[in-house]
Amino acid sequence: MSAGNEPGSRVPRSRTEGGSLLEPVLSVEGLSVRIAGLHILQGVSFTVAPTGVTVLLGRNGVGKTTTLRAIVGLTPRGGEVRGTIRMGAQSLLARPTYRLVRGGLGYVPEDRCVFAGLTVAENLRLAERRGTTPAYDKVFALFPELQRRARQRAGSLSGGQQQMLAIGRVLLNDNRLLLVDEPTKGLAPKVVTEVTEVLERVAESVPVLLVEQNLAVVRRLARDAVVLAAGQVAWTGDAQELLLETALTKSLLGVGSGDSHHGPGRVAAAGKDAH
Amino acid sequence: MGTVILLALTGLGLAALYFLVASGLSLVFGLADVLNFAHGLFLGVGAYATWWAAGNLPGAGPDGFGFVLAVAFGVAAGTLVAVLVELVLIRPLYSRTIEQVLVTVGLSLAGVALLQATWGADARPFPRPEWTRGVTGILGAQVPNGGLLLIVAAVLVLGALLAFLQWTRYGLVIRAGVENREMVTALGIDVRKSFTLVFAIGGAAAALAGALGGVYFGTVSPGQGSSLLIFAFIVVVIGGMGSVLGSAYAAVAVGLLQQFVNYYGTSGLGDICVVGLLAVVLLLRPQGIAGKVATA
Repeated sequence: MSAGNEPGSRVPRSRTEGGSLLEPVLSVEGLSVRIAGLHILQGVSFTVAPTGVTVLLGRNGVGKTTTLRAIVGLTPRGGEVRGTIRMGAQSLLARPTYRLVRGGLGYVPEDRCVFAGLTVAENLRLAERRGTTPAYDKVFALFPELQRRARQRAGSLSGGQQQMLAIGRVLLNDNRLLLVDEPTKGLAPKVVTEVTEVLERVAESVPVLLVEQNLAVVRRLARDAVVLAAGQVAWTGDAQELLLETALTKSLLGVGSGDSHHGPGRVAAAGKDAH
Repeated sequence: MGTVILLALTGLGLAALYFLVASGLSLVFGLADVLNFAHGLFLGVGAYATWWAAGNLPGAGPDGFGFVLAVAFGVAAGTLVAVLVELVLIRPLYSRTIEQVLVTVGLSLAGVALLQATWGADARPFPRPEWTRGVTGILGAQVPNGGLLLIVAAVLVLGALLAFLQWTRYGLVIRAGVENREMVTALGIDVRKSFTLVFAIGGAAAALAGALGGVYFGTVSPGQGSSLLIFAFIVVVIGGMGSVLGSAYAAVAVGLLQQFVNYYGTSGLGDICVVGLLAVVLLLRPQGIAGKVATA
């Protein structure tokens, strides 16, 4: 557990508060998804701890995004979903997406999906809900840029700003769990650092299930890891331990854990592997 | 000079009619991905309901306030039918394009047949205020008042629709939904309520087109909606799916082109030119004048 001693390298964690002792916020059991005849997920089971970041890893095309989309009820029409997904005592499957989201499931999709034709302010206004006060203070404290650019069309924002908007609109409401899909994809290294810092702060108050390819980001944020391979869970456990095992990381993800030299929170002494 | 003015204004009258039909068609397609071939039926319902109300509804009549009441009744009937069509026939079939097309095509045929069975296939004289039969002299041209009424109505509807889309919460949801429907639901919004709403708006606008078209043509017949619908579809494609403003521009282009070519060329040539314009737009700008442009 040498990585645990790296100061400021990631979210402070303590295993006694870990997911294994407290009730998980989300539990997925035997999740199978078949889309257009393709058996994309074949009995995926894992849990998400009620605090901190749980990262969902795996090679490209292994079904990470499909898993997130199944959780939030966005499997395309004609797709077949089986298994159980629970948030607390509540079963999520077969409930419409908008109800799941109102129930506290925040979804930040891959490629941001902000409404390019609407202004920043309109994008945020869309996420407001009747009967609740939107937390603009919190969002603008995290992203002052969004307040300055309120009247700008979202389509003319940079990739990083769009990502901030995609996260910000979800944070206007209270969430029990955030699903965040590849938030640093296609962003410049400096912006990756900014997004990572924001997610780090967000994760202090709400649990996050994160899909992320950038292992430096994973190293900084994640406490638990779930690795998918060939539509099934290949490995679960402590994210930091996984990253220290170069050989394991390589075999599961097809990359070494020490090769991300551009991202934030790089563990300087990643070379001192467990083995 | 007078001829040009007259052609321009009658062309704009035609454009107004196209716009009233196309705006709803465009919103329904842009938001809900429904190609609604039964949209012409809403127009027919509006026309016949207005015609019926003018003769039978207490207080309604062919003149003054009675005529306004008759048109309001026609618009209400068109709206109601549109909402019922959405709730009963379209809603169970979302994302099933082929079935939807079959249902709406079937409904448009059945609707026309029903109107025909009830009130006969022949055109009926349409009740209209006396002043709409007259003409107004504009820059030396004698322009039919019915056409001017259509233009005024279409401009008002355009303004109201744009204000609704720009300034209301429902308008915001519709604009966002046209862009990315799935993401709207992922923000906790029940987007299907907006589907019903755009059907209602489209039904109301088409029914208004039916009522005022009846005034303009002086008669009402069961097939009127279907023949207008073809040009309305062309207007939607040229203008860009989901764009009200695009529909307005395209309607003006199509209406004027049709009117001028039909007059100066051979009658019927204008209709062919409209199809030619459609082909050119599809080649040069497949998303339409104001259609969704892919942005990063």
